[in-house]
Amino acid sequence: MAIRQFLDGIEHHFEQGGKYERWYALYEAVDTIFYTPGRVTSATAHVRDGVDLKRIMITVWLCTFPAMFFGMWNIGYQANSFLASHPDAMMGDGGLRTAFISALAGNNPGSVWDNMVYGLAYFVPIYAATFIVGGFWEVLFATVRRHEVNEGFFVTSVLFALICPPTIPLWQVALGISFGVVIGKEVFGGTGKNFLNPALAGRAFLYFAYPAQISGDQVWTAVDGFSGATALSWAASGGVEALQQHIGWMSAFLGSIQGSMGETSTLAVLIGGVILLVMKIASYRIVGGVLLGMVGTSLLLNAIGSDTNPMFNVPPHWHLVVGGFAFGMMFMATDPVSSAMTNTGKWCFGILVGLMTVLIRVVNPAFPEGIMLAILFGNLFAPLMDHYVVQANIKRRLARA
Amino acid sequence: MAEVTAKQVLFEPILNNNPIALQILGICSALAVTSSMSVTLVMALSVILVTAFSNMAVSLVRKQIPNSIRIIVQMTIIASLVIVVDQVLRAYAYEISKQLSVFVGLIITNCIVMGRAEGFAMNNGPVLSFLDGIGNGLGYSVLLVVVAFFRELIGSGSLMGITILPAVNDGGWYVPNGLLLLPPSAFFIIGLIIWALRAAKPEQVEAPDFKLSRHKVKEAF
Repeated sequence: MAIRQFLDGIEHHFEQGGKYERWYALYEAVDTIFYTPGRVTSATAHVRDGVDLKRIMITVWLCTFPAMFFGMWNIGYQANSFLASHPDAMMGDGGLRTAFISALAGNNPGSVWDNMVYGLAYFVPIYAATFIVGGFWEVLFATVRRHEVNEGFFVTSVLFALICPPTIPLWQVALGISFGVVIGKEVFGGTGKNFLNPALAGRAFLYFAYPAQISGDQVWTAVDGFSGATALSWAASGGVEALQQHIGWMSAFLGSIQGSMGETSTLAVLIGGVILLVMKIASYRIVGGVLLGMVGTSLLLNAIGSDTNPMFNVPPHWHLVVGGFAFGMMFMATDPVSSAMTNTGKWCFGILVGLMTVLIRVVNPAFPEGIMLAILFGNLFAPLMDHYVVQANIKRRLARA
Repeated sequence: MAEVTAKQVLFEPILNNNPIALQILGICSALAVTSSMSVTLVMALSVILVTAFSNMAVSLVRKQIPNSIRIIVQMTIIASLVIVVDQVLRAYAYEISKQLSVFVGLIITNCIVMGRAEGFAMNNGPVLSFLDGIGNGLGYSVLLVVVAFFRELIGSGSLMGITILPAVNDGGWYVPNGLLLLPPSAFFIIGLIIWALRAAKPEQVEAPDFKLSRHKVKEAF
């Protein structure tokens, strides 16, 4: 209770007329991290519930943990396996990270500890950079505009960090999250008014600004001089046969493949995703729609077939496990702000995202992965879908009257 | 539109009534030609000349134009001027005219030129119209040059083709930002400029389309 007393003791400094009135947003943020907000709903709300935005966001944050820890292990596993077969390759980036890893652990790909330490050395700096830089913008806007610092940023930051490749330079991380938070969210009025998913907006910025550091064959494993194809580039060059030969479905599902830090393991993503679905934080309609759109489109493309493009023959169960599909479906498409709000709209939104993902993957040779662009594309159409659903409802009820 | 002074028509469009930042006109060419400073400057100069002379010409014949075909007459005047500019560029600045490609020709459809001819030159004398054309052309140019400055500097590390930030590929330290070379980046920069301009001049902020109503009744329990 000492914290409560301390916070109450200093509260009057931050209220209107107090010494630190300008910093109220910061005080409020710290206060509500420790305690339930004192204010209750006073507007015309029809549902009363113990859950508030803060709890929802923290739950999503916790639900990314399976993917996060698996991702850390996988960074180490990929790097150590490569080092085991190429003894002359240089470990890490030759700087602080290398020193940290060699001080605490060895390079045995069979050892969980070695792999985790390696992953920790890569994930934590990226996450910290995301959190500090993004948090700075959040607090700056909250202070100047006098609204509260929002926990949505916990989610945005962890999602953003998890969809970066491990070798990305930290200054690019800082630039990307700045773009995501400022241009993707704050210029439109902050949380709840953004029409794009901020984490994806930041990643899309990096994707187009610095393609060499976020796509291709060299960025996915944290060893200097590494080069190796991702699952999607195997599929693009050799179709299902190449995937089965080089990776195998089970390891793609479990996640011991190359990819962005948090997206490789479909299993780990699904564990977090199912918790979100059961708690009704993620909408099953959106997830179902994305799955349906993906399965439908890939079956259609399988039936059409193509002699020149082997991606046409990749079946739905492979689309599910390669690239960032599962992560995007569970954590990105279900963003409550930027996706559709109405129930029918959610189905349409999901189906559009699933359809576009497969179309971009298969038909567009410029982009190997499609889920990021597909979700951003879907975000743009979500308000339109809601509009027509609402109009249809109005029309139906008018006709009945 | 009676009491407009020469000074007003010349300088108002630069900050207070900027054709791009306030009226949001002429955006398409602003996206297309701003990836390097030298090309932008030529484009800006062309637009200033076309706007000024088309304004003057339209103003000279404004009393003779039958109202029902005025748009056609204005278009003919503007198109002739654009063709002259295009031919001059091809003759004396071939490389740059190749980079500008169709966008010189598309000055014909630039809303600023048309808008000034219809909105100002049809009601004012030739001298004032000429100055108005220069003023609006300048307003367009200032914004374009600012956008091109950031796009070229951040996107390729150079200004007017001279390297300022040596790129990594040539042994320097700067990693060029590829996004700034793509046309959509001009949207971001124009957006940020509009944000800054309207923060400095709050009278330019548009009225909101609707307001959230406040809840007035106290809770029932």
